[in-house]
Amino acid sequence: MSEPGPAADMSALPKYAFGSRMTTWWGSILLIVMESAALAYACGSYLYLALLNPDWPLSAPPPDLLWGNLMTVLMFASLVPATMAKKYAQREDKRKVQILLVVLCTMGTIACVIRGFEFGALNVRWDTNAYGSVVWFILVVHTTHIVADLIDTFFVTALFLTGHTSGKRFSAVEDDAVFVYFVLAAWLPVYGLIYWFPRVWSP
Amino acid sequence: MPDIEGQLDTGLAPDELRARLALTWGTAGGIWGALTTVDHKIVGRRYIVTAFIFLGLGGLAAMAMRLQLSRPEANLISPDLYDQLFTMHGTTMMFLFAVPVMEAFAVYLVPLMVGTRNIAFPRLNAFSYWVYLFGGVMIWVAFALNIGADTGWFAYVPLSGPEFSPGKRVDFWAQMITFTEVSALAIAVEVIVTVFKQRAPGMSLDRIPLFVWAQLVTSFAVLLAMPAVMTGSTMLILDRLLGMHFFNPAEGGDALLWQHLFWFFGHPEVYIIFLPATGMVSEIIMVFSRRPAFGYLYLVLSIIAVGFLSFGLWVHHMFATGLPQLGSALFTASSALIAVPNGIQIFCWVATLWDGRPRFATPMLFAIGFIVTFVFGGLSGVMLASVPINTQVHDTYFVVAHFHYVLIGGSVFPLLGATYYWFPKFSGRLLSERLGQWHFALAFIGFNLTFFPMHLLGLGGMPRRVYTYPANSGWGDINLLVSGGALLFFVSFMLFGWNVIAALRREPDAPDNPWDAPGLEWAAASPPRPHNFDRIPLVASRHPLWSDRGGLLTVSGLSVDTREVLVTSLAEARPDLRETSPRSTIWPLISAIATTALFIGTIFTQWAVVWFAVPMTAVLIAWFWPKQAVDDT
Repeated sequence: MSEPGPAADMSALPKYAFGSRMTTWWGSILLIVMESAALAYACGSYLYLALLNPDWPLSAPPPDLLWGNLMTVLMFASLVPATMAKKYAQREDKRKVQILLVVLCTMGTIACVIRGFEFGALNVRWDTNAYGSVVWFILVVHTTHIVADLIDTFFVTALFLTGHTSGKRFSAVEDDAVFVYFVLAAWLPVYGLIYWFPRVWSP
Repeated sequence: MPDIEGQLDTGLAPDELRARLALTWGTAGGIWGALTTVDHKIVGRRYIVTAFIFLGLGGLAAMAMRLQLSRPEANLISPDLYDQLFTMHGTTMMFLFAVPVMEAFAVYLVPLMVGTRNIAFPRLNAFSYWVYLFGGVMIWVAFALNIGADTGWFAYVPLSGPEFSPGKRVDFWAQMITFTEVSALAIAVEVIVTVFKQRAPGMSLDRIPLFVWAQLVTSFAVLLAMPAVMTGSTMLILDRLLGMHFFNPAEGGDALLWQHLFWFFGHPEVYIIFLPATGMVSEIIMVFSRRPAFGYLYLVLSIIAVGFLSFGLWVHHMFATGLPQLGSALFTASSALIAVPNGIQIFCWVATLWDGRPRFATPMLFAIGFIVTFVFGGLSGVMLASVPINTQVHDTYFVVAHFHYVLIGGSVFPLLGATYYWFPKFSGRLLSERLGQWHFALAFIGFNLTFFPMHLLGLGGMPRRVYTYPANSGWGDINLLVSGGALLFFVSFMLFGWNVIAALRREPDAPDNPWDAPGLEWAAASPPRPHNFDRIPLVASRHPLWSDRGGLLTVSGLSVDTREVLVTSLAEARPDLRETSPRSTIWPLISAIATTALFIGTIFTQWAVVWFAVPMTAVLIAWFWPKQAVDDT
């Protein structure tokens, strides 16, 4: 087919942007949708088993609150550096982004340590009964989010500390911050289910 | 790091433009090129071929079963092997053929149909293919070693649990789920982002081809449904490997939890297979009726409605489990409800045919065969949605007949039509019409001879999944007829295979647009060049090749020395960015090998997760770490 000349010139378009203009942002959002679905099925399984068993949590004492509460505080606290990192990334302020990324790495590492103690404070083993199985399952699923986020944060930090700071990398910082929000948003229902549901639920 | 601005395409002569783009986007020759390619067309073609090979294996398993069942009290196949055969048949057809082949068509066609140069996240795409291939090979190797899955394609507990299925058979099955779901989820993400962000400028939402709409809705269904079965299969492995109790009633677990998780995936799964097929039918009926599809808006809304409703039907697979009556009534209603948007689609197709000037080429024959067969399967579906009938024919050949009518009629017929339709684009060659018509006739007759009598067997009480039946049951004659029909159906596929092989042995001779179709994929060469389009099209209507007969409008200003795709806005497809698109790399393959080691390792020990976590992370970092002056991700 013979073609007429080009009708529009695209050469002035930028090479990257922030937020929903980027394909990578959509990739992260869809990943979050998928992981949210998985977590919802895990939480749904918990509720399903809880409704079936009148003696929930199957004669185990509810988990100790200390480490779960600490985790919740830490998660909310991480909103501050994440939001700031997002803001300075959009301004392409390399120095501030570097500092905030190091802060996020530190907080993520602390979260992993706290998570270790949380498993110890569940007061039930994974193979004791169905209650033990499902609380361990949910907590492990959420832990994979924390660990995935931490690896991603370390990766972006390494990029920024080794001079890979072309414009598109600032957009990656923004995506990382969005994932921090997701880890918190995913934590709140899990926290409620694991720590408070067995305390307040009476069939 | 400095941004390297490559040579722009503006002002380049057509021949030079084509040559330089082909160099930039091309895949190197030899084994290295084959292992590192990220071209959506090469990956898509591999996916299609691999899926058809699995179709052949699943078909052979079916033929072995039909041979055994062709007469009563036959002793050709032992009960144990028979269990493995029907499990491998169902598992292969659903997880290794039907879903992957539909996604494979998306991988190949969606970027062409929306007018871009590669799929979004092409390295993830390459990775997903390898994971799919390794998972499929794994379960068939296990079968060859007599560790084939043997608890049915939905692996109900407690049969599949640690108590009744010791050994590793079920573990291989459960990990095969993980492999195929990872690859399916990856493609779903790629397709959604390609459709959302990489459409050619001007292709607003109301100009998206119907096949692409269908693939978009399907991808969302994949995104939400597949995690359910992954959750279930992971729990199953944990029960089996770590002594957990999700499905163990003695310790507070529940067997029906498995069924809920499985069918919450399993019913949308049917539509994950069926929706792309409706997209194929819409394209074929439009092109071969030589008029725009009647009721574009209603077709799109129906696709979306079916996508939503497909998540509200799962319990109708569980009517025989003694659920509360109110729940059953609700799911009867929702099962009947989904017939409405499906019916709207069928009326739109009939109206398109009615008002068009139909041309009965092979793709059209399969589309019409689809309508007839699917309506029939839909009717037995309405019967099965009713609880009393459902309970009566539960686990009989009536159900087997029904779902083969909807799956083969509803999905395989459109797929075969689509293969005839797009084959010239894939290969540069047209398939033989004469062989195609024979193929259709044999397939249609063979299919109906195989599956229609199964309704009668089911009503007569013959249970599914039995390796033989007594002579005095009176089922022998019908079973012989069924087996004869199956043979005819099998022969029709051999004819199809011969048609494909004969075409591939000829020199490529197909024109770019042999059917006078309106979609952008027909503006590309047959087969398309590595960069798909010399210049990205500018879309001004729903049927660009019909409305711009004088030549397609295009845009300029993209790089010819670096891989660049045009990113556009979601609703109106206004040009927004020139993003770089990744080059070939070996890392997706290495990552897939590491993933495979981890998945197979966990069949044998839970510590595999720990052992392989470090190499997995290292490989992923190596994948994503920038290696060039220009950022690749």
